[in-house]
Formats: sequence, C-alpha cells, structure tokens
Amino acid sequence: MDRAETQAPPEALTVVPLRHYGLWVGTAITLVILGLILKALATNPAFDWPTVGKYLFHPSIIRGLGQTLLLTITIMVLAIIIGTIVAIMRLSPSRVLNAFASAYIWFFRGAPALIQLIFWFNLSLIVREFSLTLPFVGTLFTIKTNDVMTPFVAAVIALSLHEAGYMAEIVRAGINSVASGQTEAAGSLGMNHRLILRRITLPQAMRFIVPPTGNETINLLKTTSLVTIIAVNDLLYAAQSIYARTFETIPLLIVVAFWYLFVVTILSIGQHYIEQYYGRSDQQQGASLGETLRRAFRFGRVAQPA
Amino acid sequence: MTSKAENQARFGVPVDSMVFARGVRKSFGNAEVLKGIDLNVPTGSVACVIGPSGSGKSTFLRCINHLEEVSGGVLLVDGEFVGYDLRHGKLYEVNNKLLCQRRADIGMVFQSFNLFSHMTALENLIEAPIMVRGMSKGEAKDKAHALLERVGLSAKADAYPRQLSGGQQQRVAIARALAMNPKVLLFDEPTSALDPELVGEVLVVMRDLAESGMTMVVVTHEIGFAREVGDQLIFMDGGVVEERGEPREMIANPQSPRTREFLSHVL
Repeated sequence: MDRAETQAPPEALTVVPLRHYGLWVGTAITLVILGLILKALATNPAFDWPTVGKYLFHPSIIRGLGQTLLLTITIMVLAIIIGTIVAIMRLSPSRVLNAFASAYIWFFRGAPALIQLIFWFNLSLIVREFSLTLPFVGTLFTIKTNDVMTPFVAAVIALSLHEAGYMAEIVRAGINSVASGQTEAAGSLGMNHRLILRRITLPQAMRFIVPPTGNETINLLKTTSLVTIIAVNDLLYAAQSIYARTFETIPLLIVVAFWYLFVVTILSIGQHYIEQYYGRSDQQQGASLGETLRRAFRFGRVAQPA
Repeated sequence: MTSKAENQARFGVPVDSMVFARGVRKSFGNAEVLKGIDLNVPTGSVACVIGPSGSGKSTFLRCINHLEEVSGGVLLVDGEFVGYDLRHGKLYEVNNKLLCQRRADIGMVFQSFNLFSHMTALENLIEAPIMVRGMSKGEAKDKAHALLERVGLSAKADAYPRQLSGGQQQRVAIARALAMNPKVLLFDEPTSALDPELVGEVLVVMRDLAESGMTMVVVTHEIGFAREVGDQLIFMDGGVVEERGEPREMIANPQSPRTREFLSHVL
C-alpha cells in the first residue's frame, strides 16, 4: 500500500466487483446447448410441427384429456378422504387402529402403483362374484366381478388406495405440526375431540398439508398415464391409438406432453391461491402469481418467503 | 350420580366453596408430583399459588379442570368431581360429553396464551360459545365485542394472534375464557412468557376481574399481585403445601424457613 492510496479521500474509492469467470463460462455453454436444442426442434423433420398442430385439439385427444382429468380428480378426492381417515387412525391411542394404519401405509405406499393397478384389474381371478346373502331371506343379489371391475373402476380403486398411503402420511405430519397447546386450550373451553379436530387442528394443519398435496396432485396427474396398460382411454392411450395407425409417434407425444404441462401449470396456479387462503393468518404478503409460475418451472432464483 | 349437596356433606365441603381439594395426589409413572394437597377456594375469592418450578403448582392447576387426571384424593369444583361421578363408593370416569360440559364452566388461561392461531381475536372469542353452548352468532359477537372492550382491545377484534403483542394475546385469551361465563378462572403463570413492560397490562385486567367477584386460582410469580389481590396465598414445594395464609401477613412474616428462602429470592 503506497502513500498515494492511504491519502486518497474516502469518496474517491471505487468498488471493483469480483469477476465470476466460472459463471460466465457456464452461461456460455448453456446458451450454446440451448441454441442446439432450438435448432433441432426447428429443423428436424421428425418433430413435424404441422402434425402437432393438427392433433392438438383432435376430438379423441380432448376426450382422452377429459378422462385423465376425471381420473385425477376422482382419485385425489378419494385419496384425501381415505388418507385422512388412515392418518386419524394412525394417531389414535388404540394400538390396533394404529397398527392397522401403519400396515396400510406400509403396503399401499410400498407396492408399485403399476402392480396394484394390474392386480385390481384382475380381481376376478381371486373373487368371481359378489353376493349379498341374508339368513332366512336368501341371496338378494349377485354381481360378477368382471361386470363391476371395468378398467376405469380398477384404475380408480388401485390408484386411490395407493395415493391414500401418501396422503395419510402428509395429513399425519400436518396434524402433528399443530402445537399441543391448541388442543388443550380448546379442551379447556369444553370442546370435544371431534370438534377440536374439525375446528382447531385440521384447519391449522392445512397450511402444512396443502403444499405437499399440490405436489401429489401433479404427480398423480402424470401417474394416471399408467392406466393405458389396462386400456383406460386416457390422454396417452388416445395418442397411442392414433400413432399406432398413422406412425406419427413423435408429434403425438408432443401433443400429450403439451397437455400435461398445460394442466400442471393450471394446478400450480390453483395451489398458489389455496396456500394463500390457508396462510392468511400469517400476515406475510402472498407471493405474486408471476413468482408462483416461476417457482412452478424452477427458473430464476426465487427467494423462499419467510 | 351424587348431587352437589351429598358430596358437600360427605367430604365436609364448606357451603360457599368453589374449588375444594383434600389429599389430592398425582403421579407420573413412579414420580409423585403431588403428595396430598388440601385447598379450599371460597366463591368470589382469589387464591394465589406460588412456589419454585417443579413444585407441582401447575400440575395441581391442570388437575382442577381435568387436563391431568388425579391419582388420588378428592378434588371438587362447585361441589362436583370434574372427571368422575361418585357411585357406590367408586369414582367412575364420566363420558366425554359430560366432561366437556363441566370443563366449559372452568376457564383456563395458559402461560403461552394458546390462542387459536388461524382465527382472529373475535373468532377466538365466539368459537366455543357457538360450538359448545349453542349460542347464536349475533349474540356471541355482541358479547365478544363487549369482552374485548373490557380488556381494552376493541380495536383489535379482526387481528390475528400473530399480529398482537404477548400482552394483547394474553388479554384476548382471558376474554376468550370469560366468553364461556365460567364459574371459576384458572391462571397458569399468565405473565411468565411476557416481556416485563407487558406484564402490567395483563395484571390490570386480572385485578379488575378479581374486583368484579370472579373466583380465581392463580399460579404466579408476581408476588406483588398476590399480596394486593389475593385472599389467600399458598406456597407449594416438592408436591406439598409448605405454608398458607393471608398474603400480606405471610409475605411480611413467613413462618417456614423454606418459604422465607423462596420469598427472599423473588421479592
């Protein structure tokens, strides 16, 4: 340090930022790769964009999309109901209920969804028919398993039981996150167990339950594509039926991917508003819609709200 | 089910007694926390319980509204066992519905406030009157506004607990307990979690309650409050009542060496 530097007036000092050479190199490489991908997308004839456009709103694709959405909603609603019941059993003081719930979660979460799907579809191999027989009255009705267990019903049962295994753990963690003082305070006001659960514990648990449930819904939307294996006419199955005929495989897969991404985007927006609703007592300013979209696609660095 | 009068005759409970304890014991596993507590809190009076931590004073308070089950002894609120019915010389645990009914008459204020964090101050106050007492929403709201005014927080009716200071939260918690029209109000170290400058506002509300004739059992470290507001002072240590008496007298002239030592630390 020479004399001139030590004599310089403080306001004359400039700040020289550190140069992040590694960051520049990484950015350059990323841009090159991005360029190559775009070039491939634009020039490779296999992508066949006009065909993509032709099938994007094709009636059977739209029907398939409808079926996928119907499956996702039905399964998720059932999974939330079953999962909540299992979670409450899991937290019960009764050892039997507790063990049953643990076994449920262990089995239905542990066994692969695809195997459960094929199993329910083939239930008739174990149970041929269901009948209701009352003493002194006789058999009231009998139905063949194959008549009830349509591909759609098999898909709903299999995937909702599977998903409920995950939901049970999410709900349980949510309930456990509520401070025990809340239950005590409610009890000292004369509220009974059921009232406390419904009015005090679950509403507060929702803030912890909603974000992972949103993820589960998005996951489930994509998992429903497994049902093509038992010939449920969902989005992917509709596309497969077309390209099996026309051999336009890649364009139709792009169509399918487009619709999945589209629905995931809508779900992310919905999740944002639900989270805001349950977090309203937090006083924190809710994240803007743009921020939510950015978070959904994970581009840009978004500061986590405190 | 025995009547209030029968219980009173049987256990020698004074006619004006609101909280009556005789030989109350409580164990957690092998650890005996309460080793025979006797106490009588006449209706309209204030009993203050002091003692070092671990002396069992909070546990005793929680036994009064059956948040903890007693292991032995007699503990009556307004002449009734809270969690039991006495039949044929045995204490039968009461069903949930009856327990809830009885608890609704016993207000409790906690050290950590325990306001329902997903509800505004007003919603905290109307929740139990509507859901437990079946009060109409309009009536509950009118009453809640009056109570919030009484604790000096009418402007904060729509605030969530997180938006309130500790002292304000505790005042809302007191108003919430009052909304049930309790026969007796239990305070479990109501000012211990507060910053020193916020203690005063809570004590003012409690003093006002005592003057209005509310029966109160207060576990506290505020000796000044005990001296000025309390009708009796109980010093607990090691699960027994070490000394009891008229607050001014006892604080000025403690008889037991253990009491003297404790008071010398907190005064």
